[in-house]
Amino acid sequence: MAVAIILLLVAVGSVLFHIYSPWWWTPIATNWNYIDHTISITFWITGAVFFAVIAFMAYCVFRFHHKEGRQAAYNPENKKLEWWLTIGTAIGVGAMLAPGLVVWHQFVTVPADATEIEVMGQQWQWSFRLPGKDGRMGTTDVRYVSSDNPMGLNPDDKHGQDDVVIASEDLHLPVGKPVKVLLRSLDVLHDFYVPEFRAKMDMVPGMVTYFWMTPIRTGTFDVLCAELCGAAHAQMRAKVFVDEESDYRAWLEKQKTFAELSGRSAVKRATYESGSK
Amino acid sequence: MVDVPYDRIADAPPAEVPEVELYHPRSWWTQYVFSQDAKVIAIQYSLTASAIGLVALVLSWLMRLQLGFPGTFSFIDANQYLQFITMHGMIMVIYLLTALFLGGFGNYLIPLMVGARDMVFPYVNMLSYWVYLLAVVVLASTFFVPGGPTGAGWTLYPPQAILSGTPGQDWGIVLMLASLILFIIGFTMGGLNYVVTVLQARTRGMTLMRMPLTVWGIFTATVMALLAFPALFVASVMMLFDRLLGTSFFMPALVEMGQQMKYGGGSPILFQHLFWFFGHPEVYIVALPAFGIVSDLISTHARKNIFGYRMMVWAIVGIGALSFVVWAHHMYVSGMHPHFGFFFATTTLIIAIPTAIKVYNWVLTLWRGDIQINIPNLFAIGFIFTFVHGGLTGLFLGNVTVDLPLSDTYFVIGHFHMVMGVSPVMVLFGAIYHWFPKITGKMPNELLGRIHFWMTFLGTYAIYLPMHYIGILGMPRRYYAYGSTDFIPSSAHSINEAITIAAIVVATAQVIFLINVFYSLRKGKQAPDNPWGATTLEWQTPQTPPVHGNWGPKLPIVYRWAYDYSVPGEAKDFIPQNAPPEAGGVEPEPHPGKDEARGALA
Repeated sequence: MAVAIILLLVAVGSVLFHIYSPWWWTPIATNWNYIDHTISITFWITGAVFFAVIAFMAYCVFRFHHKEGRQAAYNPENKKLEWWLTIGTAIGVGAMLAPGLVVWHQFVTVPADATEIEVMGQQWQWSFRLPGKDGRMGTTDVRYVSSDNPMGLNPDDKHGQDDVVIASEDLHLPVGKPVKVLLRSLDVLHDFYVPEFRAKMDMVPGMVTYFWMTPIRTGTFDVLCAELCGAAHAQMRAKVFVDEESDYRAWLEKQKTFAELSGRSAVKRATYESGSK
Repeated sequence: MVDVPYDRIADAPPAEVPEVELYHPRSWWTQYVFSQDAKVIAIQYSLTASAIGLVALVLSWLMRLQLGFPGTFSFIDANQYLQFITMHGMIMVIYLLTALFLGGFGNYLIPLMVGARDMVFPYVNMLSYWVYLLAVVVLASTFFVPGGPTGAGWTLYPPQAILSGTPGQDWGIVLMLASLILFIIGFTMGGLNYVVTVLQARTRGMTLMRMPLTVWGIFTATVMALLAFPALFVASVMMLFDRLLGTSFFMPALVEMGQQMKYGGGSPILFQHLFWFFGHPEVYIVALPAFGIVSDLISTHARKNIFGYRMMVWAIVGIGALSFVVWAHHMYVSGMHPHFGFFFATTTLIIAIPTAIKVYNWVLTLWRGDIQINIPNLFAIGFIFTFVHGGLTGLFLGNVTVDLPLSDTYFVIGHFHMVMGVSPVMVLFGAIYHWFPKITGKMPNELLGRIHFWMTFLGTYAIYLPMHYIGILGMPRRYYAYGSTDFIPSSAHSINEAITIAAIVVATAQVIFLINVFYSLRKGKQAPDNPWGATTLEWQTPQTPPVHGNWGPKLPIVYRWAYDYSVPGEAKDFIPQNAPPEAGGVEPEPHPGKDEARGALA
């Protein structure tokens, strides 16, 4: 029966496509291999169900297609069978959901020793900020954004003065150190997306979102935007370098702080304000 | 009093329901244009939806040309690409699928299947169509206004949707929101009609648990739509205010291209909640009518009662209810409080259980059937295949952790096209081939139908299966071009070319479908009243196609459920719902005794 054979062939073909497909996830670069494991579990369970259901359907079409004199069985319902199928499905669903929730719990629980860094999106570029020597980042507000303060740092916040501001350049991170990535946007939704990191999160104007991760290998990775942000969405790119600690230190030495970048104008303003009191 | 055994129609009133005077058209205009007959309105809805659907189909070819052969077509730039994806998505989800299932099949089938003469509010029903047509005209007009249609993506997320970095900021977005508002007004008028007709106008003996699953699916979907569309309605009005009056419902303080904007204090995520509170039930507003229709197609063409009818009804109702508490699974990476993930992942995966039961029951209906391999049944089987595939990939995206890397990639595109593009469309085609003889009085051409099915089924599978894998690779969606990106190998570009070629094959198949429709209308064989040997009432009308008033002098009286196929010991392999009680038949009793249950299973 041609229909049954084609159905079966498409199902077998799907499995073969899965096995031989050259398109698979990128080599992971963070601690989130738990996510990959959860995907694998899901693939196994759903793959088995897919094949079983389609193969059974193909068998039915093969075995029970219309022939002269065939009469269909009269079989309105079968409570027992329906219950067993329900319970079986519930177990399968549970087997996927449980690891998912466990890993999600890890994902939303940021370790206490994670370093905060900030990524800011705007149409259509990325900027980054690292805490300075004091280990804290200063406050921000979009109302402070100007040509010599592109990230909108609060000029009166002393914690912000030593923040390292990296506008329109690439980000470096030390390998093996957990980071909490704070995400901010000036204008529309963006999404800081590095496929090798697995984790990602939208950046929403008016609020700060976050995710955390620990880079586990050095390398250079493309940053893309994963939330439609207007005409040049596809061109909103940057790079992240995950460095050995010493390389990272060397890079960090060369970066400018907020105070250095906004330099005289900030000093002037501070004098003016203290003078007026 | 009509002579009906009392216990068989326990919930029907004992007195005969007086006939309601129908509106009778007096001129060609009121008969075919400003018609109040649900069947004419159904055809108007279907033709309008198909016409705008063809526009969306053409848009998808343009998108595929760009993705398969980036840089080759100078007439597609980044702005236009975004406009194409936006209009394609919006048209397909709302103006085609919702309108065709509810406005088209709902209007045609509800009165016929429940044994009514027409919808209960024919005038409002007519208005519903004309407001829908206006919504479609407003939507289509955006192609011709300065700046073109909006390119905000069909989700229309603010702030982007109303800022200048997005194409269509001047006119496109305003008209899009206006069109949505009109659509919802039109739909509400139709939807109230469908619900009241099902609840109030069923013929004698047509208890709720005797209704065909098609009616159950359309009915539940309509109730859901009446509850879900208001969320989109208010979101559209609020965004229109943000755009035109300078309010800040969805707009926080922001800097656009170095310019401080006057907005402040609004929440972009609020829009997403409103949008998806509508948007997720919307998936089932499309899926439930498809579930219902496909159940009837499978049962009729396998010559076997639908397996587990009562479970199927409760699964439809259960899915409908659950679908209102899963919306934020579209927002796992939106920046909402991450703890919501626990709740919404759990509810989302629970909804897989009633959905899986439906799949099992369809397949178990085929089991030990007498399966006719005709075109409606091929499409029904094709639906099961694509729906199983699309439903299972939903378990990836619904599981919050797994969604993290896959959200906003081609995996999502592959998933939702399989589950809410290809599968409902399979049912639509199956339904068109199934009811074509009743609606037009002509049989569709068998050979053209088979070619149409195989090209569509295999072609769409070749389009969407690889998309899941380039999504796992990490290719993001809504990208006009990928440029040079280290992690994307050249083979990913080759598969994009292959997908485009498959899309062209599928496109050709739809031309064959259109040829079949026109050819069969003119030259098709005359259709008998009940060519498939179906039990439901629409096949028992005195005329084919049914005339105004549907039933002649007397309404049909229903004596049994809709699935008495191949009842043991009967001469024919089907017993119509309105055949007199002597014709026999059994239906699953609410509380079957032990022996009876065993007998039914034997």
